Amino acid sequence: MTMVAALFRTRITAVWCLLILATIASWEFGHGVGFTDLRHAGLAVIVVSFVKVRFVVLDFMELRHAPPAMRWAVEAWAVIVCAALCGLYWWRPVLG
Amino acid sequence: MYPICSPMPPAADSLSGSVEHVAASPHARRIPGEAGIWVFIFGDMLVFSLFFLTFVYYRGQDPELFHRSQGALNQVLGALNTVLMLTSSWCVATGVALARRGWHRAVARCFGLAFLCGLGFVVIKYFEYSEKIHAGVTLTTNDFFMYYYMFTGIHLMHVLIGMGVLAFMTRYAAAGGIDARKMVHIESGASFWHVVDLLWIVLFALLYLLG
Repeated sequence: MTMVAALFRTRITAVWCLLILATIASWEFGHGVGFTDLRHAGLAVIVVSFVKVRFVVLDFMELRHAPPAMRWAVEAWAVIVCAALCGLYWWRPVLG
Repeated sequence: MYPICSPMPPAADSLSGSVEHVAASPHARRIPGEAGIWVFIFGDMLVFSLFFLTFVYYRGQDPELFHRSQGALNQVLGALNTVLMLTSSWCVATGVALARRGWHRAVARCFGLAFLCGLGFVVIKYFEYSEKIHAGVTLTTNDFFMYYYMFTGIHLMHVLIGMGVLAFMTRYAAAGGIDARKMVHIESGASFWHVVDLLWIVLFALLYLLG
């Protein structure tokens, strides 16, 4: 039993719990809980999904200990894509 | 009964036995798995980034249609699939940590459980697609559902390929003798599965939750 308990007392498990909690939070935001403006809730849904992505990349994919260039390239990707999605969602630009 | 685990170290510490030289210190800077798999993974992430941006752009052109169409999706099934994906990733990450300790049977069980989570995802997707198709909602219904079927379909292909990788890794780990070379293969397969999880996290948010 001690061994099984030890299996769950890990950073990986803590990250899994955090990801599940973030999913529940996203679900609530997606239903407008905590926001008076649905568009603010939409931004929160996008941002939370990329916070989850960051934890998957750093802790599950183990890039926390990758060479700095590799780690920062992925972090930059997450920030840029998240910001671009938020911008497109918020301003709804018409291109072309 | 075999020992399942002792408290798990982060990433690359407390290695033992034949895999000890994979990472010499707890904070050694290293690329998990083979460098080549990362070229594929980053390429995949870039392609999906374009999918995400395309979807949100066209959503902005007709928010009413996208909002109404999204309401027809089964959010509960989408959320269940998210839990399955996250749990499968936990199994795989735990399996990799156990592999560093050389506990091959526990590793095989972790990868086997991850495979079952993947199978659950596919079964749920089957019911979800069936529900839609029986209701007459197809790829040609409107732009929202075109993107929905295309993106989730491409992602589903990744899940199926990933399940093949997990099935191989389960047998590979069960055979024992986890040395540095095997560890690199295991880490490569694990990284691929995690990217399948990562892509679903964003797809779920954009397709099912974005209000």
